[in-house]
Amino acid sequence: MSEQKTIEPLKGIVTPISLDYTITPGQATARFLKGIMEGRILGQRCPKCRKVYMPPRGSCATCAVPTEEEVELSNRGTVTTFCIVNLPFYGQAVEIPYVCASIVLDGADLPFFSMIAEVPVEQVRMGMRVEAVWCEPSERRPSLESIKYFKPSGEPDMPYDSYKEHL
Amino acid sequence: MADDKSKHYEGVLWAVHTLEYPYTRSVGQVIGSFLAGLKEGRVLGTRTASGRLLVPPSEFDPETGATLTELSDVADTGAITTWAWVTEPRAKHPLKHPFAWALVKLDGADTAMLHAVDAGDPARMKSGLRVKAKWREQRTGSINDIECFVPVEGAA
Repeated sequence: MSEQKTIEPLKGIVTPISLDYTITPGQATARFLKGIMEGRILGQRCPKCRKVYMPPRGSCATCAVPTEEEVELSNRGTVTTFCIVNLPFYGQAVEIPYVCASIVLDGADLPFFSMIAEVPVEQVRMGMRVEAVWCEPSERRPSLESIKYFKPSGEPDMPYDSYKEHL
Repeated sequence: MADDKSKHYEGVLWAVHTLEYPYTRSVGQVIGSFLAGLKEGRVLGTRTASGRLLVPPSEFDPETGATLTELSDVADTGAITTWAWVTEPRAKHPLKHPFAWALVKLDGADTAMLHAVDAGDPARMKSGLRVKAKWREQRTGSINDIECFVPVEGAA
């Protein structure tokens, strides 16, 4: 068995490593996701600093107090910052180029990430007014993905000072 | 799977989330040769300066630190040195029914290799048990080209 035969070594192997999680969202996020299923965006207001969290986390990170007051937010908001994605990457779900934006909804004090569509990417700008485009009710899932993207609402841009605290 | 979890998470919102890293790794000359050997249905080890044959192969001599390049074939039969019985195999285990993880010292090798042993019954397992590799029909150059080891018929 010990005679030596030549062998061409393999150069590489594919070794996907996967971690299987079961995640539960907790009370505040569960209520938020229930709202999403109904086509409503529910934030929570801090009783101390009065800031409205969206998505709500159940407590205020600054004041360290529970946030119990529920606030229904508008479908409209303002783009604070954005990024045009031009690079393809593994697992990409959308055709490039597309726009990821930080959006602060009217009545909320924290921006969140979504996509901007129905507008040429080069026309997206800070201060732009946008509104949510929802999936059909039958396609909605308890996920922020139930908001497909935001599109321009047609309203005039907001001045920088109005959203500079939310960058 | 969903049924088990529905029960466990009754009344709570939950979701399954799989986080996956699709790594492609370079394996180097020694492990590359070992894997290419498996694809051909051969098991290769590396020979140290003192003449020991390491299976699975090491790139360096554990005694001197010297680079090892000499490859030698060993048999696909051998003996178990130690083992642990798996009563409830998990999703990613190589066998769906109870089996043993075992260190298998192949004939001609001086070290033992970890692999699965399909013995059917833990009562059959013991140090010194003779086993033989069960090769897959479709081999890709992976340690899983050996599906498992099975006890050799009539072995004591």
